Amino acid sequence: MTALVEMRGITKRFPGVLANDHVDFVLEAGEIHALLGENGAGKTTLMNILYGLYQPDEGVIYVKGKPAIIHSPHDAIQLGIGMVHQHFQLVPTFSVAENIVLGLPSRREPFLESRRQVHQRIAEVSRAYGLTVDPSCPVWQLSVGEQQRVEILKALYRGATVLILDEPTAVLTPQECERLFDTLLALVQSGKSVIFISHKLDEVMAISHRVTVLRDGRVVGTARTQDISKQELARMMVGREMRPIEKPPAAPAGPVIELHDIWAHDDRGLPALRSVSLQVHAGEILGIAGVDGNGQAELEEVLTGLRRPSRGRYLLAGQNVTHASARELFAAGLAHIPADRNRFGMVADMTLAENSILGMEGQPPFTRLGMLRYREMEGHCSRLIHEYDIRAPGPAAFAGTLSGGNAQKLILAREISRRPKALVAAQPTRGLDIGATEYVRRKLLEQRQRGCAVLLISTELEEILALSDRIAVIYEGQIVGMVDPACVDIEQLGLMMAGAVKEVCELPPRMPAGPEGNPIEGRRP
Amino acid sequence: MSWDSLLQTAFIISLITSGIRLAVPVLLAVLGEIITERAGVQNLGLEGIMALGAFAGFAAAFTTGSGIIGLLAGVLAGMLLGLLMGYFAVTLKVNQVIAGISLVLLGQGSANFFYRQIFGVSQRPPRIAGLPEVPIPFLADIPYLGGILFRHNIAVYFTVLLVVIVWVLLFGTTWGLKVRAVGEHPSAADTSGVDVAGIRYACTILGAAFAGLGGAVLSVAQMKLFTENMVAGRGWIAIALVIFSRWHPGLALAGAVLFGLADALQFRFQALGFEAVPYEFLLMLPYILTIVVLLAGGRRGAAPAALGIPYEKE
Ligand SMILES: Nc1ncnc2c1ncn2[C@@H]1O[C@H](COP(=O)(O)OP(=O)(O)O)[C@@H](O)[C@H]1O
Ligand SMILES: [Mg+2]
Repeated sequence: MTALVEMRGITKRFPGVLANDHVDFVLEAGEIHALLGENGAGKTTLMNILYGLYQPDEGVIYVKGKPAIIHSPHDAIQLGIGMVHQHFQLVPTFSVAENIVLGLPSRREPFLESRRQVHQRIAEVSRAYGLTVDPSCPVWQLSVGEQQRVEILKALYRGATVLILDEPTAVLTPQECERLFDTLLALVQSGKSVIFISHKLDEVMAISHRVTVLRDGRVVGTARTQDISKQELARMMVGREMRPIEKPPAAPAGPVIELHDIWAHDDRGLPALRSVSLQVHAGEILGIAGVDGNGQAELEEVLTGLRRPSRGRYLLAGQNVTHASARELFAAGLAHIPADRNRFGMVADMTLAENSILGMEGQPPFTRLGMLRYREMEGHCSRLIHEYDIRAPGPAAFAGTLSGGNAQKLILAREISRRPKALVAAQPTRGLDIGATEYVRRKLLEQRQRGCAVLLISTELEEILALSDRIAVIYEGQIVGMVDPACVDIEQLGLMMAGAVKEVCELPPRMPAGPEGNPIEGRRP
Repeated sequence: MSWDSLLQTAFIISLITSGIRLAVPVLLAVLGEIITERAGVQNLGLEGIMALGAFAGFAAAFTTGSGIIGLLAGVLAGMLLGLLMGYFAVTLKVNQVIAGISLVLLGQGSANFFYRQIFGVSQRPPRIAGLPEVPIPFLADIPYLGGILFRHNIAVYFTVLLVVIVWVLLFGTTWGLKVRAVGEHPSAADTSGVDVAGIRYACTILGAAFAGLGGAVLSVAQMKLFTENMVAGRGWIAIALVIFSRWHPGLALAGAVLFGLADALQFRFQALGFEAVPYEFLLMLPYILTIVVLLAGGRRGAAPAALGIPYEKE
């Protein structure tokens, strides 16, 4: 029997990167095939090639045994291939139905079909796979989980028999993940095939029939999931054994960051933070858990002076900074590792030396009589490059040439080198490879040991659990619960992230004097 | 003269009638730019495209003696500059503001150059017959309204028809859905199988064709001659009116008629020998009005999200 899709010897080069190196990938009909690999392994690139977004430099693709020429997504759609991208490709101002029919011929060409007809046909597909969504709703009003359903519907509506999902669980709560898995199983039962991209081992073990592991653009191996263990997969993916991160006991002191009843609007003027109150103490890491888009971005901006709260009080080390600017907060000892590092963390077309002193440009020794002193800046930068093991040609290189991991290390180095009182770290390991991820996490723990108050915003539950001393769950702009990572039930946490359970009570920081191994739990009496 | 004469019915009717006629060139440019910008390309070259359209229209009408052929020549001239703008914006992905402004200079410069080459400079510029007035049977005889709406040349009727056509095109057809998707979120359009570059080229050329036609209407149907700088800022006004119209053909009609009325009023004041105010101030009236209306009503809120941003695939 011929395979449904066969990719042979696929090679793709980007400037300075070999993203895919003679990759072979075979998808059989009716299977869920996981594509596993670390960030940067080349998974997305390989699938973008199959979907016609990129052209391979070498290699051939066969669909149902016949050589396929895929120059554009249009060609891929014709061949029955559909793809749900990691960053959803939906037009926010369009309705669900408009997004679904976009690019398709209608039965009344050149005119659009009546809404009723389209909605009816969408309803048929959504009923068949349990993908409920209101076709007339504008997409910008949908939750991330709903948007994903629209993306899947869109592919199925186009008659996809092969569905590619790029890291579909990254934006979902554990419950939504379960629901997605049910849909995927229903899909293969009806004869479709699924390529499931992930870097999470548990998911791959749970859902896939076969798995192909990519590392540094090369295939490490393909196996039937039932024949392989999680440990073996981990070794294939990383190339070495993974060390669990060690966390020394916390020694929290007085509060450094204090938010009292903070309200704020998002860019559209809708309420984004609703009565957020929390404290971060010196020497602890407070993790903010939640599904992306529940107010994390606005919280980060309020904390760092990039957004004005409409109500409430914000104290930093006892000083009222509610209306302080980013610069004033910086001077008061707040450091910031922004979620969008390319926009807020550094300036791509300035040198590393210039980037390494951003925010300190007016201070000695980097300035004298209003003039920048490049020799001092370069010395400072060289020290950081050395100390933080940043892989870069030197202080004169442009920041835009750094890889994601090294750019993040530079930002981290700059912020930590000021020995801040408080550190706001938003998605600090997003898009980094395992080595850089480990490094960043260790550095955050180091800051906690030093007595810095660390507020960690992350959508990676695993990261929150590994690093935090306390976890605040954010849902629709509200802190819906405070939990203790040492004895939290993941199920419970997932429900909170989905807004199903509220547990609004204050969990005090764990004091070193407290009874050993018996942390106070945030449950209502 | 007296204020009374301003308020006579005949005066008001003729004012509105010519207001509608004067709105046409601007309205055409606005409609075209709405199509272009809906696809995410900002063509600031309208002023130059209208100038070349005006020249091409005049020259063709002069040589063939046909006003309609003149208008077609304007369309063709517009498409040519539109193709150039598309090449700049879509293929070369250069800064669209700079590309647009260079198009203004190119359009104006080449129109003036060719006019002088062919017709020379004289005190009495050559004139053409223009377009005949085509009263619509029965409707034209309605008191008051008949004169205002149904006694125009065919360019006026055609332009009103175009408002409806562009409306349906953008909001009622599969092609229009693609256009709007390309302007809002090109990568979403791309992954949906839409040819982003193709749509952008098509919309840039189509939009410029409208502006070229607008220029030709100005020379062929209204002035019946060509003079340098005859577009007189209408291309820029059109760009402002696109914002006022919130990228919607219906509001474009309203905005352009407002401009046309102010223009007509200004002509009347001059003709009546209004001496209290220097005529230069009267000339400014339509432009000032446009700015005021824009300040009062226009927000960038409704702009296509990807307006002016080149689409990079890899
Ligand atoms: N459009 C692009 N331009 C340049 N480099 C890219 C581009 N897309 C991906 N890369 C590089 O190719 C490598 C593989 O990336 P990707 O396929 O996104 O990995 P994965 O999806 O496995 O995380 C990375 O080093 C990434 O930086
Ligand atoms: Mg990826």
